[in-house]
This record gives sequence, C-alpha cells and structure tokens, in this order.
Amino acid sequence: MGTFDFLLQGLLVAAQPMNLLYALIGVTLGTAVGVLPGIGPALTVALLLPVTYQLDPAGSLIMFAGIYYGGMYGGSTTSILLNTPGESASIVTALEGNKMARAGRGGPALATAAIGSFVAGLIATLGLAFIAPYIVKLALVFGPREYFALMVLAFVTVSSAFGDSTLRGLTSLFVGLTLACIGIDQLTGQARLSFGVPDLLDGIEVTTLAVAMFAIGETLFIAAQGDRGPDKVEAVKGSVWMNAADWGRSWKPWLRGTFIGFPIGAMPAGGAEIGTFLSYAAEKRLTKHPEEFGNGAIEGVAGPEAANNASAAGTLVPLLTLGLPTTATAAIMLAGFQQYGLQPGPLLFATNPQLVWGLIASLLIANFMLLVLNLPLIGLWVKLLTIPKPWLYAGILLFATLGTIGANPSVFELGMLLAFGLLGYVMRIFGYPIAPVVVGLILGPLAEQQLRRALSISQGDVTVLFTSPIAAVLLVIAALALIVPLILRARGRGEMLAQLAASED
Amino acid sequence: MKHVFLASILAGALALPVYAADYTIIAPANPGGGWDQTARSMQTVMQQEGISGNVQVQNVPGAGGTIGLAQFASQQKGNPNALLVGGYVMVGAILTNNSPVSLKDVTPIARLTGEYEAIVVPASSEIQTMKDLVEALKKDPGAVSWAGGSAGGTDHIAVGLIAKAAGVDPTKINYIAYSGGGEALAAILGSQVTAGISGYGEFESQVKAGTLRLLAVSSAERIEGIDAPTLKESGVDVVVENWRMVAAAPGLTDEQKTAVEADVEKLAKSAGWQEVLKTKGWQDTYLAGDAFEEQLAKDISATETVLKDIGLVK
Repeated sequence: MGTFDFLLQGLLVAAQPMNLLYALIGVTLGTAVGVLPGIGPALTVALLLPVTYQLDPAGSLIMFAGIYYGGMYGGSTTSILLNTPGESASIVTALEGNKMARAGRGGPALATAAIGSFVAGLIATLGLAFIAPYIVKLALVFGPREYFALMVLAFVTVSSAFGDSTLRGLTSLFVGLTLACIGIDQLTGQARLSFGVPDLLDGIEVTTLAVAMFAIGETLFIAAQGDRGPDKVEAVKGSVWMNAADWGRSWKPWLRGTFIGFPIGAMPAGGAEIGTFLSYAAEKRLTKHPEEFGNGAIEGVAGPEAANNASAAGTLVPLLTLGLPTTATAAIMLAGFQQYGLQPGPLLFATNPQLVWGLIASLLIANFMLLVLNLPLIGLWVKLLTIPKPWLYAGILLFATLGTIGANPSVFELGMLLAFGLLGYVMRIFGYPIAPVVVGLILGPLAEQQLRRALSISQGDVTVLFTSPIAAVLLVIAALALIVPLILRARGRGEMLAQLAASED
Repeated sequence: MKHVFLASILAGALALPVYAADYTIIAPANPGGGWDQTARSMQTVMQQEGISGNVQVQNVPGAGGTIGLAQFASQQKGNPNALLVGGYVMVGAILTNNSPVSLKDVTPIARLTGEYEAIVVPASSEIQTMKDLVEALKKDPGAVSWAGGSAGGTDHIAVGLIAKAAGVDPTKINYIAYSGGGEALAAILGSQVTAGISGYGEFESQVKAGTLRLLAVSSAERIEGIDAPTLKESGVDVVVENWRMVAAAPGLTDEQKTAVEADVEKLAKSAGWQEVLKTKGWQDTYLAGDAFEEQLAKDISATETVLKDIGLVK
C-alpha cells in the first residue's frame, strides 16, 4: 500500500464517531489549557495519561493529538486579547496581535491566527506524512556548530526586529541574557548566579518570566495610570471578520511561517519559539507596510502563528521516525506509545502503520476541528475586551498566578512572578521593549551551549564553526542581514529598502 | 450470585481501613522523564491493586531532583501519606549542587527499579568493539567525545568510571552533556560525537534498526535479550546501574514507616507492577529495609569518589 492509501485508511479510523468525540474532547481541553498561562500541554497530557489507560490506543492517541494542537492554538488567544502569552511559542504573537486588538481589530487578528494555524497545521501534517524521512535526515545533519550558526542568525534578525531604538532593544536583550545565565550550567553541572538559593538552581522558567513581564507588568502599568490612562480599548471597529485586504496580507505570511516553522520544529534542538522569531523578522523585512509593524500589522500575527503550529507538527517528525522526544509533550506522548508496548523509532512506520497513520489522520481532523471550534468563538472572545478594565485585569492577575502555581507549586516561583512583573512595569515606564528580555532568556542558553559543545568536540579549534557548509551559509546570511540594511540606509535612505520589499513579490 | 455480591461488598468494607492512605507522590522532575514515569506508574498500579484509593502525582522539577527533595523534606515533615521518587541521579546532584538537603533528611523506603547503561556508536563509525573505543580513549582522551545526559548524572559518572578503569585520567574525558529528551541521541545518530552513553531503553529501537552499534552494557552479567557483552567482559571493570527509589517524609513514627514499607512492598510484588517493569524495560531491583540503607550509603560514597575524580566535586 502506498502512503496515500495508508492515509485514507487512517482517516477512516479517525473518522469513527467515538474517535471524533475523543478528538473533540482533546481540542477543547487543549485550547482551554493553552489559554491558561503557565499550564502547558505537557502537564495536561501527563494528567490525562492515566485516564486513557481505559481507551484503545487509537482513541487515546487521537485525544493526545487534539490536546497538542489545541494547546498550541489556545496560547494565541490570550496573547492577542490580553497581551498575556499562554506559552512561550506565542510570545511573538502578542507583539502585533495585542496592538491590533487595542485598535479594535481583535477579530481579524484572531481569525488570521486561527486560519493561519489551520493552514500551517494542514501543510505541516501532510509534510509529516510524506516527507518525514527526508526532513529527519536534514535535522540530523545539524550538529552543535550548525545550531550555533542558526542561533546567531536568530539573534541578528530578532534584535533588528524589536523596538524603534536599537540601544534600548539591546539593553533589554542583555537583561534577558543575564537572566539566562542563572542556574546550573548544563555542561559542567556548576551553579551560576544562584547566590546559594536552591530555587534558582534550575534557572528561570520562560513562561514565568513571560507571564510576569507581559501580564503582571501590563496590569501594574494600567493600574498605575488609573483614570488618566488612554481611552478605553475599542472592542470592535469594523468587521469582526477578515476583509479582503486582510486575506491578501495574510496568505503569504501563513505559507512562509509554515516553511520556516516545520523544519525548525523537526530539529531536535530547534523548538517552536525560534521559528516564530524568524518568521516575525522575515515578515517585518518583507512587508509593504513597515510603518504598521509595532502598531498592529496583521503579517506579524499571521506568520508567527503559522510557524508555531507548523513546528508543533515538526516535533512529531523525530518522535515518529526516530523515537526522539524533543519537547516535554513529545516525551509524554512517547510514554503513551510505550504503554501500549509500542516503541516509536525507525521501525514504527513498518511495524504499526495503522497506528501511525491513524495518528497523522487524527492530527488532520483535530486541526479541522480547531478551526470549526474557534472561528465562531472569535465573536465571543473579543467581547472579553468590553469587560470593565478593573475586572478584566483582576481576572488576568488571577489566571497568571493560578497558571504559575499550577505549573510549579512554590512560593518562590510566585515571588519571582511578582518581581519580574515589577521589572516589566519599570521597563514599560521607561520605554524599554519587553520581548527582547524573553527572547534573550530563550536563545541565550541555546546559543551558549551549542557553541561550547562545538568547541568541546573540536577540542578548542574555532575554525570548525565555519568549515561546515550549512553553518557557513547560515553565518553568511546572518552577516548579510546585519550589513545590507546598514549599507542601504547609508545610500538610499530607505528608498532602496522599500523598492527591495516591493520587488519581492 | 447474590452471596458473591454481598460477600464482595463485605470484603470491600472490611478492606477499606487497609487502604486508608491517600498517597501523594512527588516526582522531582518535569513530566515525561524517568522519575515522572516512575511516579505515574506507581500511581496507576497502587490504585489498580487497591493499595491506595486515591493517589496524586505532583511534579516539582529542578536541579537533578534536589529542589523537589528540599521541598519534600521541609513541607511534608511527619506526613505519612507523602512519597518522593528519587534515584542515582539525585545522589550525584546532591553532591555537585552542594545541596543543603540530602537523602539523610528523608526516610528512604526502597529501591524499586534499575536501568543499565549502554555504550553505542553510530553504525558508520570505525569503532567496532568496546576494546576499540578504549584504545582510542587511551591514545587521546580528548579526541573521544561522549554524548550523554546532564553533567554529574549517571551517564557522566559511568564515563568517568570507564576512563578510570582503562587507566585514563578521568579529568581529561570529553563529555558533552545534553538535556534529556533525545537531543543526545540525535547528536550520536548524526555522528557529531564519537560515542554515546545512556540507559539502554533510549537506544533500543535504534540498535534494533541497525543505525546504532551497541558496544557494551554496564550490568554485572549479560542481560537476557540484549546482544552485547558487559563492560567487564570487554576488559573494563565497571558496573553501573541507574536505580530509582522511593522515600517517605522525615519524622515518621516507626509504625507509620512500617505501614509505608508494607504498601511499597505490596506494590513492588504486585502483578501490575511486574507488567509495568516489562513494558518499560526496567529491571526489578526491589530492595528494602536495612539492606537498602547499607547499599545506599555505599552508593553515595562511591559516587562522591568518582565525582571528585572527574573534578565535578571539590
């Protein structure tokens, strides 16, 4: 039987009424959990694992698939509406999405996120079905030096994409990089900057920092303004749905986000966040409306959201083809496989084709179900913004705290949440961008570890960083991304840039 | 039929006081890892076998389990219904992190499972046997890079022991630490490193598919169903086992401790638990009471020596 027949058969299995019900339960739970900041899909799947002992393998995996995709999707809703990312992969969505929501365009922002997630999920899941074995070969070529080059590229593109002032952006980034040093150094096992506090040994949790900086900081900022604050947020201006211009500006970012997110998600050390950063940077460079970036550009929501969901499918590539769980959620799904005596790995596609194709088919169904579930809800979600501010922000505080406590029941964690909230507030007052702090916390350790691993393997020989063709190409792109805009700015004062952007189409 | 029904109700009612304990199991790690899987398997089996009516699992991740350990020791003091999962990695982490709280501050109950280490190379590697690897290590320790789990963990300790047994200075080993979750496996498969070391289960499917070559396992004797020599047979006198244990809270009365011990024994001997061991590929290393405490003390001092040799603990 060919790939296509297997997929059709899988769809038949997944389309049975009971399995559809499991998928529905899965996506609903996943969305709910994704919306709550702090509680990630990993914890939900872990909690549900014992429940699914009663189900047959197909049923339980279908439910997992729903939770997984639902969780990836749900995070964007709070990012856009409340500037409170539910998980780290939707931090970038908050940048433009929340600006759109404040300008009364929350509906289109949510819609482009939902449809973009669907498109990306669809393409990436089909990619998982048809080209997984090739993608995984590419992913394995990536060693420490290639990852380091990728991180350099991410740093360069990201730092040029945040905020109006380079100095302020860099300052924020370095705050993040410093925070990233806290905790046990992975390569030597020694504690750094932990000042003897055992709770700091494991470093700072990205979601805690993100929720604190965005949600708590924002709440304090709003509260401090009291009645003097800007006029209340317009809940809806114009249509709740996307208009023709929105569609026209969204479809290319969806596709670009998918093609950036899927391979990066498939890399064992890639992760969903990096894809969203790169996608945001790419959209900012390619847009015809550069003036809107930072003020609610729809491309800045469409691209990263697509990248986020594409990388969720990408994560399943190494899981199914190699048995490599590259995220916590994937590790638990691996445990789920094992509970039925299945060992994901190179042999799984050969030994258990029905199950693998059932899972892939149920991902397609979960993806479709998410769209059906979420599009009608958009009208309801945007009504959230009409809630009087004191109530709304009290609710945000409550959920942010609950989410943090739920993920890690510790008083210290709560203290950190508040301390970083204060930091976020102070940075807002003085006009420093928030996102680079979180970016630094995510990218810093990755770049550092990969660099040190590369140098350790080469026994201190620095040239190894440039001798790999992939690493060299990535570094050249990074250099170009840094230098070309400088030259263009020096010459044509931006006209060239505009032309370049226009000729991209 | 009616009698059977009545009898079962009666039996149920009589049995009730037996499982008075509603246990809370602390897994001092993130969901998905070995400790979390141990805790969640315990939860399932304890409920299935009627050892406890209601079991909760709580994740307190961080720092090789020492965060969970510290929190458990301070917050659960005297609570007979709280259990903590731990193991060999925790012993190492307590030492490398200079943790103020150690296993002395809780009540170790029993060792439950164990996993042996496996040493692998990519299938394309020139290295065919453990002897080849040891030769390469002797020639230039730095040129042999090892991918494995966190620094100071079981994998790292095992490499240190192998170097020492081969007569190589353990501080010279080139160990590349990866966080769990398959990153190390990807590095080995991609031939980024010379060799890889981890629990056999992590490599099993790759070995079977022929993409990795299994050089040796770290058990004392050959393991049934695994086609590889032990380290000892390959001329490296090292036995390492990544064991997992369960501990109770500090400050229990002798009666409370006995009750917990009885429940854990019931768990370890149950058919459900044996089934779990089989599906997860864990060895049954159940050991309790004084014998366990003796073994624990031995393991702790041996670990301290090797960590000092590697240079991770001063």
